[in-house]
Amino acid sequence: MSEAKIQRPLSPHLQVYKLPLTALMSISHRITGVGLITGTLLVTAFLVAAASGESQYDYVMGLATSLPGKIVLFLWSAGLYFHMCNGVRHMFWDIGKNFKKTDANRSNYYVLIGAFTLTVLTWVTVCGRLAG
Amino acid sequence: MSGHKNSEFVAPLKTAKGHGSAHEGAEHWLQQKITALAQIPLVLWLIYSIIGLQGASYAEFTAWMGQPVNAILMIILISSVMLHAKLGAQVVVEDYISCGCLKMAKLIGMKIFFYGMAVACIFSVLKIAFIAGI
Repeated sequence: MSEAKIQRPLSPHLQVYKLPLTALMSISHRITGVGLITGTLLVTAFLVAAASGESQYDYVMGLATSLPGKIVLFLWSAGLYFHMCNGVRHMFWDIGKNFKKTDANRSNYYVLIGAFTLTVLTWVTVCGRLAG
Repeated sequence: MSGHKNSEFVAPLKTAKGHGSAHEGAEHWLQQKITALAQIPLVLWLIYSIIGLQGASYAEFTAWMGQPVNAILMIILISSVMLHAKLGAQVVVEDYISCGCLKMAKLIGMKIFFYGMAVACIFSVLKIAFIAGI
């Protein structure tokens, strides 16, 4: 059985095609979703540490405000905003709106611009508060 | 339809419910959407709060969590996020893992994992909120 499986010729799969932007956005939604699960682990770690006491809280807050911590938070926020904006697009699709190919191609850019704007807005606010 | 042998083993109730081979209706999808919708304002609120709390001292942080509205919104957000994450991860596992027994183990493990995280988060929020200001 397994021998026959190995000898069988394979048809071209995903790697031979250039993925359109909609397909890249689709898989990115899933990748950011899985990435955000890692984020919930960090939230859990933070909350449990904070509930454990002041020294544990200071330790995780130190991690979060360090440069590597800030990089993680930045990527986290970008992934979150992408997932959120693309999720809103999914809701429009679910009610049967913007389902045509031209609409889907256009809304790619709405999602990307939305996610980009929210990420920039968030980090400008962060930097503004740090400076002020 | 009635000529098909399999349909003889299916109770009329199952046909009436229209759940088909998925064994359930739109519940998974609906829960995913409701949690997603709820999370939009809640996540924006949390990010706004986190920006205000960056580098906050322990006392400042516990004081924030001690505000009932903050603790309550946190618990609602955590519950929604963990359910949303569990539903999403379930689809990923269902799509990419074809071995039946491994799939069952992963699906059960995932449930325990996400419910466990939810309990850890909610307990922590409550503990911080209740000891704040004491």
